[in-house]
Amino acid sequence: MLKLEDLQVTMDSGTLRADMALVPGRRVALVGPSGAGKSTLLDAIAGFREVAGGRVTWQGRDLTHVPPQARPVSILFQDSNLFPHLRLERNLGLALHPDGRRPDAEARARIEGALRRVGLDGMAGRKPGTLSGGQQGRAALARVLLMARPVILLDEPFAALGPALKREMLDLVREVADSLAALVVMVTHDPRDAEGFAHEVVLVAEGKAQAPVAVDAFFADPPRAFRDYVGVAG
Amino acid sequence: MAPRALAIAAALALAVLTLGPVGVVLARAGGFGAFGPGDWQALRFTLWQAFLSATFSVVLAVPVAKALARRRFAGRGVLVTLLGAPFILPVIVAVMGLIAVFGQAGLVNRLLGALGGPNLDIYGLHGVVLAHVFFNLPLAVRMLFSAWAAVPAEHFRLSASLGLSPRAQWRVIDAPLILRVLPGAFTVIFVICLTSFAVALTLGGGPRATTVELAIYQAMRFDFDLGRAAALAVMQLVLALAAGLVALRVAGQAGFGAGRDRILPRWDGQGGLARGWDGMWIVAAALFLLVPLAAVVLRGLPGLLLITPDTLRAAGHSLMVALGSTALCMAWALPLATRRGEFLALPAIAISPLVLGTGLFLILRNFVNPFDMALPVTGLVNALMALPFALRILRPEAEAVTRDYGRLRASLRMTSLAWLRLVWLPRLRRPMGFAAGLTAALAMGDLGVIALFADPDRATLPLQVYRLMGSYQMEAAAGAALLLLCTSLGLFWLFDRGGRLGAEA
Repeated sequence: MLKLEDLQVTMDSGTLRADMALVPGRRVALVGPSGAGKSTLLDAIAGFREVAGGRVTWQGRDLTHVPPQARPVSILFQDSNLFPHLRLERNLGLALHPDGRRPDAEARARIEGALRRVGLDGMAGRKPGTLSGGQQGRAALARVLLMARPVILLDEPFAALGPALKREMLDLVREVADSLAALVVMVTHDPRDAEGFAHEVVLVAEGKAQAPVAVDAFFADPPRAFRDYVGVAG
Repeated sequence: MAPRALAIAAALALAVLTLGPVGVVLARAGGFGAFGPGDWQALRFTLWQAFLSATFSVVLAVPVAKALARRRFAGRGVLVTLLGAPFILPVIVAVMGLIAVFGQAGLVNRLLGALGGPNLDIYGLHGVVLAHVFFNLPLAVRMLFSAWAAVPAEHFRLSASLGLSPRAQWRVIDAPLILRVLPGAFTVIFVICLTSFAVALTLGGGPRATTVELAIYQAMRFDFDLGRAAALAVMQLVLALAAGLVALRVAGQAGFGAGRDRILPRWDGQGGLARGWDGMWIVAAALFLLVPLAAVVLRGLPGLLLITPDTLRAAGHSLMVALGSTALCMAWALPLATRRGEFLALPAIAISPLVLGTGLFLILRNFVNPFDMALPVTGLVNALMALPFALRILRPEAEAVTRDYGRLRASLRMTSLAWLRLVWLPRLRRPMGFAAGLTAALAMGDLGVIALFADPDRATLPLQVYRLMGSYQMEAAAGAALLLLCTSLGLFWLFDRGGRLGAEA
């Protein structure tokens, strides 16, 4: 269980409050107007942002003041998910050996396997710059697979991809998460992503992250704040 | 992030090596009673030549920069690149070139002689100012030029669509821009010229053309009056600190104009008169910069045959000094590539090489024969002098690496060593190559503190050129100068190129 207990995070525009419990193996979408604090909440879970009050716990363990590198969390950012000067093998190897040593035969086999899982068979020798945007996303997901952490955070990593490609990537995320039985928390500004992908939806608006709602229930009777924002956004 | 202990060690070494010599100089200086009338004369001359140099540089820079900013022509890119070259050009090489053009038997005098005009003498105040303008006019042009390139294109479109007259456009766009940039440019150049040593050594001298830096050298080398040298060093220190504080206030964020080169479409200045005017300034500036360099090359070629083992040995010393300086400067710069580190390195700008050299001399003579330490001291001082520039280049890039990949690093649980080896150093290759190239070229061409410490056995190549000039072996000097020019530019090119190779976006 990932619990946010009366969590308060300071933002430029005020304080964001969150109080909820998220269940392992579920996929949760954070939706809401831009600037409302979706990415801020993700950063607080990942440990990149000090919290002003409350607690973050995972399976009963208090993570509130644990540094990011010690949290059971892997995260995909909007960009810069791969080091552009390193071949995929080295990029992915960092998930297995954070001391940066050259992957040995066993590690290379695991890397190849992960790349195969995401459809990048035989691309271990390529540098990120020679890959398409979709392929880069796949490579980053292969690394998430190797990191094998129980919580996966996605900060709109596929926002720059077209709709069909994005759908493909989300399917892949689902596969990866299922194989790890991981909790996925995804930020999105596109409600359609949430509909096809998530079990639950968390609305972040007006300084508050609402409790998660089952995705069907959420879209059958959207909260007012969500209607306002979708209405304005067109 | 470099380990914290390393950064602290680097900062401490920096503090000890800058403040230590200054402290020794302050303790040794005998007070203002030590100054003779010649020393006050040196102070007046220093201020006056710096004022004249800065004035001519910025005033002449205005038409040149304006012409460059609004004209397209073949070779324009090359000319703009060349404007950056004086920074890594050894002073002694430029002086040789200027003598070849403006000297007693130079091109200008031969032309004037043929026309029955007067004979110019390059030695003295006007020679010093001429050389300073040669070095700093390009800097002023670059500063103005990048300000013009940064004007929003809409301003020129608006001015064209309003049909503003040239005078109106001048008042609305150009004049405010010049007034904004010029005070900063003037101050920066003034401060640079205050610490002029090599130019004053070669083209000045005598009671009427001695800078304070040169006076320090003379007190040490000719009179061996360490007390007076220390007192003069304090004078120079006060001068540089005062000027530096003013420069920080006035110049502020003026920058060094290392910026972009874009040509904005403009609709003004299409008349023949304006074209001719701009063309004249561009040709004049190009000639002023290129003819002396061409003279160095042309005169140096036959001189290459006269290169003696002494000169080669000096070149070897210079290479060692340059490489040592570069290694030291990089070892210093990498842990200090933060905002705080850049601040720590600021005093190195105000402390002139000769002041530092005097202090080191006073310290070393307690333990060893200072003259034995000529080359290590030269390497050290050059590393210190280059450090602020290296940090200026490295710091923004180092911060960008941390900003872009710091979170990924944490998420991957990368160790410090893996981060340093796999990410930080590879990502900083390009700026490191550039900074190392600048440092190597500056150290290779430096004629400063080595003059204080040198004996016949331990000359560097610039000093060797100076000695050959002093003994009127002009052809051998020209050959050595060409060798110096090639090694300086070659070192810069090698390091800069090495940084670019294999450094991908």
